Amino acid sequence: MVDATPRSHRDVPPAEVPEVELYHPRSWWTTYVFSQDAKVIAIQYAGTAIAIGLVALVLSWLMRLQLGFPGTFDFITPEAYYQFITMHGMIMVIYLLTAIFLGGFGNYLIPLMVGARDMVFPYVNMLSYWVYLLAVVVLAASFFAPGGPTGAGWTLYPPQAILSGTPGGNDWGIILMLVSLILFIIGFTMGGLNYVITVIQGRTRGMTLMRMPLTVWGIFTATVMALFAFPALFVACVMMLFDRLLGTSFFMPALVEMGELLRYGGGSPILFQHLFWFFGHPEVYIVALPAFGIVSDLISTHARKNIFGYRMMVWAIVIIGALSFVVWAHHMYVSGMHPWFGFFFATTTLIIAVPTAIKVYNWVLTLWRGDIHLTLPMLFALAFIVTFVNGGLTGLFLGNVVVDVPLSDTMFVVAHFHMVMGVAPILVIFGAIYHWYPKITGRMLDERMGQFHFWVTFIGAYAIFFPMHYVGLVGVPRRYPEIGAEAFMTAPVGGLNAFISVAAFVVGFAQMVFLFNLLWSLRHGREAGSNPWRATTLEWQTPTTPPPHGNWGEERPLVYRWAYDYSVPGAPQDFIAQNDPWPDRPARRP
Amino acid sequence: MAVALILVLVVLGSILFHILSPWWWTPIASNWNYIDHTLVITFWITGAVFTAVVLFMAFCVFRFRHRKGAKAAYQPENKRLEWWLTVVTAVGVAAMLAPGLYVWAQFITVPEDASEVEVVGQQWQWSYRLPGEDGRFGRADNRLVTFENPLGLDPEDPAGQDDIIIEAADLHLPVDRPVKMLLRSIDVLHDFYVPEFRAKMDMVPGMVTYFWFTPTRTGTFEVLCAELCGTGHGYMRGTVVVDTQEDFEGWLAGQSTFAQLLAPTRLGAAGP
Repeated sequence: MVDATPRSHRDVPPAEVPEVELYHPRSWWTTYVFSQDAKVIAIQYAGTAIAIGLVALVLSWLMRLQLGFPGTFDFITPEAYYQFITMHGMIMVIYLLTAIFLGGFGNYLIPLMVGARDMVFPYVNMLSYWVYLLAVVVLAASFFAPGGPTGAGWTLYPPQAILSGTPGGNDWGIILMLVSLILFIIGFTMGGLNYVITVIQGRTRGMTLMRMPLTVWGIFTATVMALFAFPALFVACVMMLFDRLLGTSFFMPALVEMGELLRYGGGSPILFQHLFWFFGHPEVYIVALPAFGIVSDLISTHARKNIFGYRMMVWAIVIIGALSFVVWAHHMYVSGMHPWFGFFFATTTLIIAVPTAIKVYNWVLTLWRGDIHLTLPMLFALAFIVTFVNGGLTGLFLGNVVVDVPLSDTMFVVAHFHMVMGVAPILVIFGAIYHWYPKITGRMLDERMGQFHFWVTFIGAYAIFFPMHYVGLVGVPRRYPEIGAEAFMTAPVGGLNAFISVAAFVVGFAQMVFLFNLLWSLRHGREAGSNPWRATTLEWQTPTTPPPHGNWGEERPLVYRWAYDYSVPGAPQDFIAQNDPWPDRPARRP
Repeated sequence: MAVALILVLVVLGSILFHILSPWWWTPIASNWNYIDHTLVITFWITGAVFTAVVLFMAFCVFRFRHRKGAKAAYQPENKRLEWWLTVVTAVGVAAMLAPGLYVWAQFITVPEDASEVEVVGQQWQWSYRLPGEDGRFGRADNRLVTFENPLGLDPEDPAGQDDIIIEAADLHLPVDRPVKMLLRSIDVLHDFYVPEFRAKMDMVPGMVTYFWFTPTRTGTFEVLCAELCGTGHGYMRGTVVVDTQEDFEGWLAGQSTFAQLLAPTRLGAAGP
């Protein structure tokens, strides 16, 4: 047998794991339902996330009906409106975005991209999904509970979250929300440990950390962050549940509600905010970093050019991940916390703009002198850059403490975070689905439906959220079910709100076309072959497409080079796969 | 080609919307025009970056879109360029942060001569308290709130007897006099927000928060609640009237002190 291990990796022990017969599924149930295959779990995660995401989409339509045409729909009371916004926000941030990036793409891509057969703990990985599903069911159950779901806003700030002036506050709504979050975190932790340990321990021979695709770096770093950040939310939820059910006062000071002195005293509402945002800010990057990683790979592959400044990109991901733990209180500039915090958190927040900007530069510099194929994944990547730059820059308004004071709690904030952590990451999700669907199903998604979906989604979402900043500049607070032509407004916002609502309905409709495409192409899509994008990373080099359980057949791939050898001078093709020994020696690049 | 054109149109459309839009912040009525200036600086810097990045991208898409036989360049990194971009970005960020922190230092430093006004939020109305002739507020506590004593003042504290109580009515302030707003809540979080004043701050039960400002023109301004406080949040409104000094004193003379408000109850209790 020829020893193909590159000289620099002679010290790496052969990591080949023989096929274990016991571990293969034996029945329909263990193949498709209680599956331990990361790829099946990925589909389950993504399918559940998209299903509950559709609920969030309908909720956003309902709230836009109210904001665009206030007073027209009698069933949208203020109570209902607050329930819509709360459930929309929580579903989108936690149950859709976090779940689909880490549980969906993480499960599908990590083992394939690092050359592993599966996650290191397949059974725990399976449990992770079922606990997540339970969390989603508990969350959805609150729609049918007495009093309906909570209307406390997705931030769940006490004291109002557990008082009677808020929908679901003294009913089941808030309890089910907190229980669901606790379950989600338990489920996530089981999955998250898998993702991290698989990256650390499960890589194939030759796959050094600095040869990993940025997708893996992004998901890996985000998962490490989530493992640190979610416990803060976990304890906050447990403590609030105690305040609500057992009458403790972790977050509850002495207060009088509707003329009645409640039996609380001594707790701190601001403590909850610190815990919530200690989780909540890293959460932004838990969603953003996988998107950063994936979009880097989409741009590189479809521009046929190596990602510019790979090492800088890796360090930027790691630095952003670390810094994101010391910026949380920029959500609390007007919370009443000690004002000196403002200096510290404004400084750290604006520092984080530097590595983020580097990432943007490197994406656009990757396009420079590339061979840009305007495929659907590339279009979504370009749209991501536009919306991410736009939303990131408005973050500089809100992060700069004194500028935040007039803008905080206005629609400007809503526009900012939707652009930067709603629209931008979701565009990446779409791009990623168009990119990897051929590997998952063996067929391409339909191009014409895809083009329609792309243009309506990109232009439509921009038309929703760009003007919304100006609603906030005028001074309209967020979380108002309606606002008339007030004296302070330089111009009434009613017409603008109606325009935004119409754009939201159209964009929502385009998503139905996308879902139809997902199903239609399963059967009618063009045959994709194993590597339709001519990409370098390992998932495209599997012996069979879609890859079966165990991924690699007889032998795991051996990695000779980084993930970005596109258009290498002298190479026979414009890409060299990571497991390609050309030209029969280790590549010069890392 | 079409893609590059649309990217350019997105930039142009955004700039035109910004310039032509009638939606802008309301004319200021306080001393915080520094905040407005910092906001404008931020708009210029971020607008320039957005335009530059997207136009560069549009150019790349136009110039380097796939053509038959074309091949991409191979350039893994360029240390010099990457460091240059890092430094330029850091300078731009500092240019926004420095004025921001400078103004924040002023924002949190209350002038010595500021008069004090207390705002009390409760679902879903605004009440106020002025310190009265002794210039001092009496002690207050949510545990003391009753129907007769809606702001929870301590009846035993002599400093509180002359405090002026304005329950669910308009607040008047004298123009051109710095005022420190002390913020308190009876029940849940609220946020005292007058768009023309620029300043705002949450009100948190169990603690007293504050901000300060100087009203710079007379007029009637609407108070909104800017922190979700339950189903009535969107309808929790109040009014602040900024008066000339004479008008303010005239209004003040017509208000009741805490002692006066409690008096009828005491008389009733002493009766047969």
